[in-house]
Amino acid sequence: MFWQRLSVIMAAIFLLIFGCGKKEDVIKIGEFGSLTGLTATFGINTDRGIQMAVEKINQEGGLLGKKVVVIVEDDQGKPEEAATAVKKLINQDKVIAVLGEVASSRSLAAAPICQEAKIPMITPSSTNPEVTRKGDYIFRVCFIDPFQGDVMARFTYNDLKIKKVAILRDIKNDYSVGLANYFAEDYKKLGGQIVGDESYSEGDIDFRAQLTNLKSKKAEAIFVPGYYTEVGLLVRQARDLGIRIPIIGGDGWDSPKLIEIGGKALEGCYYSNHYSPDDPDPLVQSFVLEFKAKYGELPDAMAPLGYDAAMVLFEAIKRAGSLDPAKVRDEIAKTKEFSGIAGKVTIDSLRNAEKPAVIIKIENQQQKFVKWMYPEKKS
Amino acid sequence: MQELIQQLINGITWGSIYALIALGYTMVYGVLKLINFAHSDVYMVGAFAGYYSAHWLGIAENPSVPKAILVMLISMIVCSCLGVIIERLAYKPLRKSSRLTALITAIGVSLLLENGGQLVFGADPKFFPQLIEGQEIWSKSGIVISNLQLIALIASLTLMGILQLFVYKTRTGKAMRAVSYNIQVASLMGISTDKIITITFAIGSALAGAAGVLVGLNNPKIDPIMGLLPGLKAFVAAVLGGIGNIPGAMLGGLIIGVAEVMTVGYLSSTFRDAIAFGILIAILIFRPAGILGKSTTEKV
Amino acid sequence: MNQLKKILLIILFLGLFLVLDLLISPRMNPYYLQILIYCGINIILAVSLNLINGFTGQFSIGHAGFMAIGGYTSAAFTFYLGPKILETLFLPLWFSKPLVFVAGLLLGGTLAAFAGLLVGIPSLRLRGDYLAIVTLGFGEIIRVFILNIDAIGGARGFSDVPKYTSLFWVLGFTVLTIVVVRNLVYSTHGRAFLSVREDEVAAEAMGINTTWYKVTAFVIGAFFAGIAGGLLGHYLQYLHTNSFTFIKSFEVVMMVVLGGMGSITGSILAAVILTLLPEVLRPVKDYRMVFYSILLVILMITRPQGIFGVREFNWDWLKKIFSRKKAQAEGA
Repeated sequence: MFWQRLSVIMAAIFLLIFGCGKKEDVIKIGEFGSLTGLTATFGINTDRGIQMAVEKINQEGGLLGKKVVVIVEDDQGKPEEAATAVKKLINQDKVIAVLGEVASSRSLAAAPICQEAKIPMITPSSTNPEVTRKGDYIFRVCFIDPFQGDVMARFTYNDLKIKKVAILRDIKNDYSVGLANYFAEDYKKLGGQIVGDESYSEGDIDFRAQLTNLKSKKAEAIFVPGYYTEVGLLVRQARDLGIRIPIIGGDGWDSPKLIEIGGKALEGCYYSNHYSPDDPDPLVQSFVLEFKAKYGELPDAMAPLGYDAAMVLFEAIKRAGSLDPAKVRDEIAKTKEFSGIAGKVTIDSLRNAEKPAVIIKIENQQQKFVKWMYPEKKS
Repeated sequence: MQELIQQLINGITWGSIYALIALGYTMVYGVLKLINFAHSDVYMVGAFAGYYSAHWLGIAENPSVPKAILVMLISMIVCSCLGVIIERLAYKPLRKSSRLTALITAIGVSLLLENGGQLVFGADPKFFPQLIEGQEIWSKSGIVISNLQLIALIASLTLMGILQLFVYKTRTGKAMRAVSYNIQVASLMGISTDKIITITFAIGSALAGAAGVLVGLNNPKIDPIMGLLPGLKAFVAAVLGGIGNIPGAMLGGLIIGVAEVMTVGYLSSTFRDAIAFGILIAILIFRPAGILGKSTTEKV
Repeated sequence: MNQLKKILLIILFLGLFLVLDLLISPRMNPYYLQILIYCGINIILAVSLNLINGFTGQFSIGHAGFMAIGGYTSAAFTFYLGPKILETLFLPLWFSKPLVFVAGLLLGGTLAAFAGLLVGIPSLRLRGDYLAIVTLGFGEIIRVFILNIDAIGGARGFSDVPKYTSLFWVLGFTVLTIVVVRNLVYSTHGRAFLSVREDEVAAEAMGINTTWYKVTAFVIGAFFAGIAGGLLGHYLQYLHTNSFTFIKSFEVVMMVVLGGMGSITGSILAAVILTLLPEVLRPVKDYRMVFYSILLVILMITRPQGIFGVREFNWDWLKKIFSRKKAQAEGA
């Protein structure tokens, strides 16, 4: 019984090793993401965006006369699995570029591998500055945490005229911890006051204790740089406890699920984002419509970023006119004013995307565009 | 002072959920000496059963108390069926093998339910429909209590009471105690141990289903891996109260809930997940049988 | 004479590994190489846990915690102190780098062993599932602590760990773990470990210091888990607490139980199988983890004592199976 099973497994391994030798005339792109595990929803939404980009490019006749195939590997949300997935994509599937990860921790585990193999990697939504410092083959198409922290600090202090803020961060999430730190730094520089700093962990569903603590701090707003998976519930519980001040956050908030879960509690809350689904730009509108038709819901921020990452890569391949990873890399680095769904992308010398952030207010359970915030020119 | 009272209320609400899950752990452990890791995922399925049945019954649109009870009953039935199926398929064949083997199987079933849940329900979080309109029933001097919090506490106390009566006042309950005391002797006395084990799983899982719905009411966000951490902590609660002991599980759940909230409130929120285990380690070293473990020798 | 033979054998093996490393590593598909290295690390974990769970009959599901301690400690050592040591030591780099690495690994292992001592002490009072939960809780507490230390990355993870791990080191430490555990178990002490598992009271009555053996099992097991963590960190060049959740501990327990409690060769085989299985299942995409868990449940139900039970793999045994099969075939 057992030996039979073992032999089946062995046979499968051999098939895997020798079965993949077929040559096809396609362009292979690798993608790794958390399709299962704690953060599966982010991986799946990024994947949807990327799949739409691939579909679009193939409808237009592919790249350099070839069809584009994206090979998706799941990393279960674990850094060491991300490393295995990327190794497999590069060495087994021979992809010419890698797209991935939402979470900076997985991107950080994968980046040295791509750098070593000299395969360009574009992360759609890892906002930690550390990621692209891993080498000259690592890029991103989103803004970075220091910028977002700065934007929210300026908006809160200058536009909302709020001088006392309490912070509630997700301690197990580097994105949230980083963003909270950058926000606090810039906010204090502007003259604001941080009156409380509490934390929770991803996956928590009870935030009443932290909120009860913050309630007595006389803050005028609470900054919650978390993911929508927790924020909706958090805001709801804040209102249950009688906390009526505005709650503000970052791009992790963006999802139709946020309003579904948070409901009326979210009235008058603000967050910064990469794009606004009700941006009248036809590019955005057609994307939103297409996404809705395909998956039956509004896209969250991950989907357009996944789409943009794929598109930036395709454009670079087009311009390079070759599938040589080194040439593709050079072209990605030259990306300028690329019109993505989530804003115009220009890759800077640190391989980060320079782009503005949009501030969104929630009114009548709808996202409402407030204003664009641009990087502050350092004098 | 009002802050302390508010935190206490928060802790008790939260703890009553732990307590309900812990009851299922404690019952199965009492009878089979098995940490049923899949129990926390049965709780997750309970929440989803509530979610789908509420939408199916159209309760999301016009909430009412009888309908809420109906949803809870449906999800309890679904869960007890699931519990029995798991027991029959996965644990029964292993009755005679080592406990570690059974434990690994339990982990396997748990993984299966989590990953299967992600495929079937989708990985994104869902909004649990409000079966009962949330209201503030007490709001004075900064202390807020909602009706939902009260419902969670009352429901878990009621269920615990029913369970206690069942175990101590009925023939089946007596048989359960006998099986947990000594399974061989019990079967020699003419008790159908298989049947009793099945009943135990059915009841324990039904309680998990109820917990799933109650969590949905209070914290209306559910996802396929929501059971992971609460499940572990509920087991800690069961051990803390003295495993196999019904009031113990309740007490343990409340203690863990309050301790967690107090840690967040007065120490640091980062140690929330560590405190449950910290307490556990301390209590096991000084009183390995748990708080109520010794005083009542009967195990269920 | 015997001593000399042993030393020669060790040198021979080390030489062999070095040659293997130098010959194979650059030519091999890096993906397969990585799986091979993961196999080695998992073998170290499974065999060391088998000493605690299989041979001594204690029930630990906190191996990931020890791994995390070892990984983070050794990485902190090579990252912060390593460069300074390399500067001050006037030795050629090819010699001093491995020296720093081994020192880091040993330090990590020692700290993990110390943690093992701390966890081992409750095992004097606790048995079975209670101990399991304590070890599990311990693993989680470790994670929370690491998250709060900013110098080793906190929630960001610890990046830029120097890349020291190679096939040579993994093979070397795998063999070392196997040899140490095997020799320990087959010595007089080994019988004592087994007696603790079989019947603690009887063992005590026979004059065996059960306390000492239980704690020793934890210390040694934790030491090697720490080494495994160090190897992983210096291979990935990145450490994150998400790699050391209790799910990782479960995986190691699964390897031990699947291979057979108290069978070293069983643990080795199971570690290899459970490392390969998720990779083999990659083509089924989203259903991968579902299949994985179903396969696990089926394996446990059909072969609850594990692949090898308490026995060790040996060639005679294989011969017997084959001859039996042959006999069956002839009979049929």
